[in-house]
Order: sequence, then C-alpha cells, then structure tokens
Amino acid sequence: MATTYEIIIGLEVHVQLMTESKLFCSDGTKFGEPPNTLVSPVSIGMPGVLPVMNRRALELAIKAGLALGCQISRFTKWDRKHYFYPDLPKAYQISQYDIPLATEGLVTYDVNGEEKKCRLIRVHLEEDAGKNLHAEGGGDSLVDLNRAGMPLIEVVSYPDIRRPEEAAAYLETIRTLMRDLDVSDCEMQEGSLRCDANINLHITKDGNVYKTPIVEVKNLNSIKSVEKSLIYEASRQFEQWQKDGKVLGQMPKQTRGWDDARGITRSQREKEEEADYRYFPEPDLVPVVIDDALIERIRGEFGETSAQRKKRYIEELGLNDYNASVLIDKGRAISDYFEALLTHEVDAKSAANWLINDVLSHAEGRIKVMSDLPIMPGSLAELIKLVKGNKLNLNDAREKVLPEMIETGRDAASIVDEKGLGVVLDTAAIDAIVDAVLADNAKIVEDIKSGKGKALGALVGQVMKRSQGKFPPAIVNETLNKRLGL
Amino acid sequence: MSLIEKTATELVSLLNKGEVTSRELTEAFCDRIAEVEGKVKALLYHDRDGALAQAEAVDLSRKSGKPVGKLAGLPIIVKDILCTKGEPTTCASRMLENFKAPYDAHVISLLQNASSVRIARANMDEFAMGSSCENSAFQKTRNPWNLDCVPGGSSGGSAACIAAKEAPLSLGTDTGGSIRQPAGLCGIVGLKPTYGRVSRFGLVAYASSLDQIGPMARTVEDAALLLEVISGHDERDSTCANLPVPEYSKICRAPKKGLRVGVVTDYFGEGLDPEVEAAVREAVRVLESQGAKIVEVRLPTSKYAIPTYYMVATAEASSNLARYDGVHYGYRAKEYSDLIDMYKKTRGEGFGAEVKRRIMLGTLALSAGRRDAFYVKALQVRRLLRNDYDKAFESCDVVLGPTSPSAAFKIGEKSDDPVAMYLSDIYTVATNLAGLPGLSIPCGFTKSGLPIGLQLQGPAFAEETLLQAGYLYQQATDWHTKTPSL
Amino acid sequence: MAFTREQVVKIADLGRLHLTESEIESMSKQLTAILGFFEQLEAIDTEGIEPMAHCLPIQNVFREDEKKPGLPPDEALANAPKRVGDFFSVPPILD
Repeated sequence: MATTYEIIIGLEVHVQLMTESKLFCSDGTKFGEPPNTLVSPVSIGMPGVLPVMNRRALELAIKAGLALGCQISRFTKWDRKHYFYPDLPKAYQISQYDIPLATEGLVTYDVNGEEKKCRLIRVHLEEDAGKNLHAEGGGDSLVDLNRAGMPLIEVVSYPDIRRPEEAAAYLETIRTLMRDLDVSDCEMQEGSLRCDANINLHITKDGNVYKTPIVEVKNLNSIKSVEKSLIYEASRQFEQWQKDGKVLGQMPKQTRGWDDARGITRSQREKEEEADYRYFPEPDLVPVVIDDALIERIRGEFGETSAQRKKRYIEELGLNDYNASVLIDKGRAISDYFEALLTHEVDAKSAANWLINDVLSHAEGRIKVMSDLPIMPGSLAELIKLVKGNKLNLNDAREKVLPEMIETGRDAASIVDEKGLGVVLDTAAIDAIVDAVLADNAKIVEDIKSGKGKALGALVGQVMKRSQGKFPPAIVNETLNKRLGL
Repeated sequence: MSLIEKTATELVSLLNKGEVTSRELTEAFCDRIAEVEGKVKALLYHDRDGALAQAEAVDLSRKSGKPVGKLAGLPIIVKDILCTKGEPTTCASRMLENFKAPYDAHVISLLQNASSVRIARANMDEFAMGSSCENSAFQKTRNPWNLDCVPGGSSGGSAACIAAKEAPLSLGTDTGGSIRQPAGLCGIVGLKPTYGRVSRFGLVAYASSLDQIGPMARTVEDAALLLEVISGHDERDSTCANLPVPEYSKICRAPKKGLRVGVVTDYFGEGLDPEVEAAVREAVRVLESQGAKIVEVRLPTSKYAIPTYYMVATAEASSNLARYDGVHYGYRAKEYSDLIDMYKKTRGEGFGAEVKRRIMLGTLALSAGRRDAFYVKALQVRRLLRNDYDKAFESCDVVLGPTSPSAAFKIGEKSDDPVAMYLSDIYTVATNLAGLPGLSIPCGFTKSGLPIGLQLQGPAFAEETLLQAGYLYQQATDWHTKTPSL
Repeated sequence: MAFTREQVVKIADLGRLHLTESEIESMSKQLTAILGFFEQLEAIDTEGIEPMAHCLPIQNVFREDEKKPGLPPDEALANAPKRVGDFFSVPPILD
C-alpha cells in the first residue's frame, strides 16, 4: 500500500503599519536611515521612560483586523513579553497576550482559479525590535535601534494551508489587502512584511497516520522563498521520517532557517532553555476600549479592494481579463494611475492598452506610488486623445512622441508641432492618392469586388505608404470603402 | 531663628518679600550640608556651585521683574531616582553609577518652572528596594535623631536631609511606604499621593503600578505646597490622571467641618510596639478634641498586604530591571565569555543583594506554571484590599493608624532577615496596592527619643482631606517643630 | 515549600543573574523563608475575583501620530558601555 502525505502549514505574518511615528513614542519610521538616528529615550528603553500609545496605529490595526474578517475585541490591553536580546532594549516587548485586538478571521484567496480559505486565530499589535548586525568571523555584533518600537501587527493563521503554493497565494492576498487599505506598504525586502511558517506532515502508511514534528521556518525574505522553502521542507521532513520515524511529541519544536542561495533549510542553534516569556499586564499603559462608533468610522475609511476593482474593470469597463489582471496585480499604484487616466475622459480600453503596453515598459523597478511612473496621467491622456482624434498617428505617438515626453517632460502637442508629426486632414490629398492606388492595382480591385474582401488591407497599406503614414488609417479605410462602393 | 530653622512656607514668604535672596538661602543650606552631612550621609550628589548658579538666576529674574514660580528660589533635594539632565541619576546602584539621563523627569521640569533650586540628590535603597537605606550601594544614611539607627527607606536620604535641616523640602518616592516610613522614622511629614496624581515620567521604575513621587517636609503646609507644584496631568504618562490640581497649600488650612476619622482596629494587634501604639492612641484623642468624629473601621485583608505587595512589586520589578543588561547604558562586567555570560555577570555584579533577591522572587512569580498561583492570586487579593478601603470610606473621611510598627531600628539589626525587614512596611504597602493617598506626620517620641509616625490614608484624590486632617493635628501639637541636635 | 539549589539556578538563568556559590546558598534559604510567608495567601478565597492590575479606572489614553525629533546619535550612545561608530556594540550573537 502506497505511503502518502498531507502537508500542514500555518503562517505567522508580521505587517509593519504605515504610521508617521512609532507605536509608543514620537520617533520617525522612515526605512534606511543612518543607524540610531530614529531613537529617543523611550525607544532606547532608558530608565524612567514611559510608553504612550499611537492612536493611528490602533486604528490601522483595527482596519487590518476588519479587512481580515476578524472579530474586533471591545476591550483589549497590553502585556509585556520578556526575553533578553541586544535589539530589545527594555528586555521585554510590549505586545498583547490573552486579549488580542482581533480574533477569528478568515482569508479567502485564489490559487490557479480555485478559491481557498484560511482561518485566522488572531491579529494583535506589538512593537518591533531593533536590528542586530552580525560581524563576519565572530567579531562583536552591532545594534541599531531605528526599528525598535515600530508598530507591527502579527497575523496568526490556523494550520489550514495544505500546499506551498497556497501559502504563497495566501501571503500575496494579505499583502494586496494591506496595501489596498494603506495599512502597510508590505515590502518584504525592507522587512515591512515578514513571514514565519510552521509546517509538518501527516503521513498515511498502511492505514496509520504519522504526524512529523512541527518545524518553524524562518528567514523568508520573499513570497517566492516562502513557497520554495516549504516545498523543500516538506520533502526533507518526509525523508527524515523515513530515516528515523520520529513523530510529533518525540522531539521539541525545531526552528530552521531558509538559506535562499543554497535552497535548503538549516537547523538553527537549539535554544538552551524552553522559552518562558513571563507575560504580565503592562502597568505603564491603560486598557483600550473600542466602541461601535470607532469601528464604523474605520470601516468608512475602506476604499474599494483590489478584488472589487478587478470585477468592475471587467464587468463595467469591458476590459478583457488579461488587462484587468495586469492592472490589479501590478499593484495599487498602477490601478490608481489607471483611475486617474479615466478622469481625463479617455476610453477605458485605450487607457488600459497604453498603460500596459507603452507606459509600464518605461518604468523602472517596483511602482509604489503613481509618481514612480515616468509620465503623469494628464499628459498621457492628452497623447491618447490626439491619436483618438486622428490628429496623430499611432506609430508616431508610440515611437516618437511618448519617449520624448518621458525624457523631457514636455507636453505631447508641442512635440508633435516641433517634429511636424501632426496629421493633416486634407481630404483632397487623400482622395488623390486613393485614386492613384486604385488605378495601379486593378487586379486587387477586381478581387475585392468579386468578394475577396481580405485584399483591402493591401490597398490601405499602399495608401499609407505613399502618404508616408500621415493619413489616419480610419479615414483611409473609409475613403477606400466609399470608392469601391462597399 | 536662623534661616535653616524656618519652614518652607515661611521662607517662600521671606523670598517673595525680598527679605532674603535665593542665593543667601541656598548658601545657608549648603553651609548646613557642609556642617552635618559627614554625620548624616543623606546625599549622593551635591553641587554647591551649580546650586548657587540656579539661585542667582532666580534672584535675577525677580530683580528684573520676571515672574517667579511658587517655590520662589527655595532649595530642594531630590531622591536620586528622578532623572535629571546633566546630573548623575544612580538609583544608589553600581548599575547606574555613571549614568547621566539625557532628559528631565516631569517633576524636575515642574520644580524648575516653580523656581526651586536643586541643591543635592538624596541617598536611597538601591532602586528604591528597602526600608532602611542600608541597600544603597554607596553609603548608609544615618537617622539624624540617633546616628546608630536607620532613617528608614527607601527614601531615607530624602527624609534624613529634612530632619537634619539640609533643605526645607525634598522629593521622595513611595512604592510600598518609601516616603511615609522614613518620614515617620525621621520625625517629618511625608505624603504619598494617589496613584496618577503625579506624573511618573522620569522616575526610574521599581514597580510601575505602585510607584508615586511625593513631597517630604517639616510641616503639613510645606508638604501641601510641594504637592501643589508637582501634581497634574502629563501626556507622557498614560497612567497620570487628567484632573485639576487643587490649591493644596491654601485648602489644607481650611478646617474640614465634621471630619470623620476611622481608626483601623486591625492595625492595633500583634507586632505593634506599645510605645507606638500609645502615641497613636493619644493622637486619636487630640483629633477628637479638635472636633473630629472618631469611628472604628476594619481593613480585614490588610493582614495579607505584605505577601501580596511583595508578589506584585517584585514581579513588576523583575520586568522593569531587565533592561539593565550592559548593552545600551549602565554598568557592563569587565570579564565575560559570551553574550549570555556578559548579561549574567553584568547583572550579578551591578545589582546588590536585595535587588537580586527581588528580581529572583519576581521572576519566580511570573514563571511558567507558577504565574497563576503567585502573581494572579496576588492581584486578586489586591482587589479585595481595595474593596476593604472602599467599604471603610463609607463611614469615614480618612483612616488612621501607625505609619510603622516600631520606631527606627539599629543599622544592621534586620539586614540578614528579609522577612523581618519586609514587616516594617506592614501598615503602608496596602495604600499603594489600592492606589490611595497616605500621609505620615510626627506624633511623638519613644522614651529613647526616636520619632513616631502617625499615618492617615484617604480615598483616591482626597489629598486635601488628608492635608486638612494633618494640619488640624499640627495646630494642636508641636511634634513637627522638634528637631534633632546634630 | 523548600526552594532548592537547582530551582534557584534555573530562575537566576531566566533572569540572567550570575550568582556566586554563597549567593545561591543564601538565596535558597531566603527564598524558602519568603515563599513560606507567601503561603498565607492560599488561605484567602479569591474565587471569581477579578485580578487588579491597574489602580486607576482610566482607559484609551493616546497620542496623535506625530513625529518629533529624538536624540542625536551622540546623545543616544553617550551612556553606552561599548560603542562602535554609531552602533551599540555587544559580544558576538550566535544564531
């Protein structure tokens, strides 16, 4: 009888909230500042200092909790979690223990067109630690406290995920949601989105089920590495079980770090003692009571989610599925840009085509805000309208005008003028050339008249060629049709 | 009468009338310090030049017609646990021997705004843990009434310096009796305000849910004056009440009609020194003769106050003192083998015996498997203690009893018996657990000439009632005018 | 309840306290005495009593999300036992 296994995965996701200041003090939150420049007596944990809660951080956390389908606790409080580590200046983290901000959520996500659901145990607020920089070759470690005290939410899922690619899709969905709601920018590279994965296997052999020991996989720096590490870890656990037969409970929970370069997980040094965090209520902070009015106000801040937007693009704007998906999947800034284009009265399909086919190819790196794109929506709309109004040829617009606009920041009209690209609607000139082409192509004309309509394209091409592309194709078509009596 | 014999209230009046300058006054107290400090050893830091410079600045302000604060250039001594920019804040610990806070505690700013002159920093039990001042890492303060005896603790320096007339006012802190007990033992007035009356920002935390800063002085009026200066809301302390500050210095002189004094029968039992009992019972008669109505009240849970207090306080202390780990500030051991060894040696060498004992107790109380039986249980008893007080205050305005079970004991007498030492706080710790105000005033002497303290406790934010009762008592007695000869 | 030498060492490790041999011995005795004293609390019926962590019945104290300048690195690091550049420096952390 075959041995089969099921993979059981639960994720702990940390999301850094987009606030101006830290969770319990007024230090700034900008990423990438010089070491120990975003610090104060509170974030250094100096003797005598006290934390004061950031109102916006609470609101963003409630927003996240609501978006993740959670019950928001009407009474919540703060607890201290103790452990000694150089990046934790107070030697305790202010977190939430027995009454988290939000509980029992549900994330619905999509894997290759199949809808999946993952339940959430809890969402709670806590402060981040600083960063330790480990020297090569065992030298002293260095501590930077800029990140210490940044506001985080921790989203803890039930072990409802069954495949590594589902874990990636789940994480992608949370990321999109948090970005849509302006809760977080969720940059895994910058650490504003972090994920630890718990995984084990339920192996069925000869009618018996064997559960392998749970492993926590850390050091996951991209969504791709979440998926890759879980694929690796699943097969490693299976092989390990075949070797030693060890099951859950026969060894303590292990922590393994993902080595992205080598594509393996490696056991991290076993902790010398079982963690004992000695939680107790934070005496320096008072409890938080959340009423309906606050929840309703925060709900009011919800914009359209990406899923809702995509649906509207297809059903109301008539975009094809591919274009709608690209606009949504490339991130909020892209679809916001698209929305802005639409306010300039350009038709949705042209706007989508231009944005996807022409503008994005000129953009560099990841687009976080609209201004990361090389051209403002108003300018692009102007260009699109010139083409639509038959005042500029499509090819010229793409190849000559847009690059110049991007490079110089000038507007479309002045570039068209300067380069003499303006389309002249001289109907007499069009008629003359059309007549000449018809005269020179009697055979084709015959074909068309006898019903071989496809040959019309050849005539259009010749007219365009003789006019050096200056005639709008629509007018050329129209004139030819008229002359041929079609 | 020389300047140093006068009360703070009298001196403020002289300063405001221009009959004495702040410089003259500051010199007089600095001279007194030079004269008696070698015997009393109340101070850890005294900067005569710095004090005189502050005094001159106040005099200059007054001369140039600028507004001068309520303390009018009066010298003051603060406990060495209140962070002060540019001065060492040691908490009488090796751990912070070289620590200089980069910020001022809220009360330090308020003292400056009130135009007081900080002349010295007072000795204390290390990190405010102790009842005798013997736990200071640097020196043992003597009781000015008998140099072989302790001044009490932990604010022993702040009490001894008032009794020794080194300053007219001082600040102490009280977590379980640390203002009231040394005030009682040194024959002065000490007031522990309601939790939340005074901002704790910049007070180096011992037990955050119990700590309060309060005034120490020779008379009730003087204590009222200082309380008026240091009370009030501070947005940097989330647990600081946003309530108006009464004019305590005026209100205390207004007689309270029909004052009801509840004598706590539970306090007059086993363990109370007969001389102390006699003095306190005499005080009851005095108050009655002054028109107070005497009733008997019960605080039945108070017999459990000591173990409850030591559970709650040490749990919080183990957390608050975790930050002293040799990384960001303070002492670091000279020799260690690795990071964890550095932590352990730093803390092992930097803390004194009592601090280590309390960290051990608190760590134990919060540790896995013991938390509910120890810490949570203590918090439940704490609730019962508060309920007792609420019930008692249905039939009286203040409750009365001794401050301590006995007068000052000999240096070294209880050093090796922590439980005996803890019992000297038996009447004071419950006030902190319940978050209420407490006042100790001198009410007599033992046959051997040691002062005896009378304690009054009131409902939350009823400081004015305590001060009125204390003032009433001092109108009929002269204990507060007695001073030791040094 | 006796508090053994092993228990003292375990709690000391948890609190990152180095204790000398004689400290371990006296701590074991003193903690046993203190814990014995605490056993009094077991006599009190606290069934259904809400634990009291805070004295003041206040809640919802917030600050607005405003950034303010903190300490310049030199002040932030002024008390550091060991400093390398603008970093706090500690013995190597091994993961």
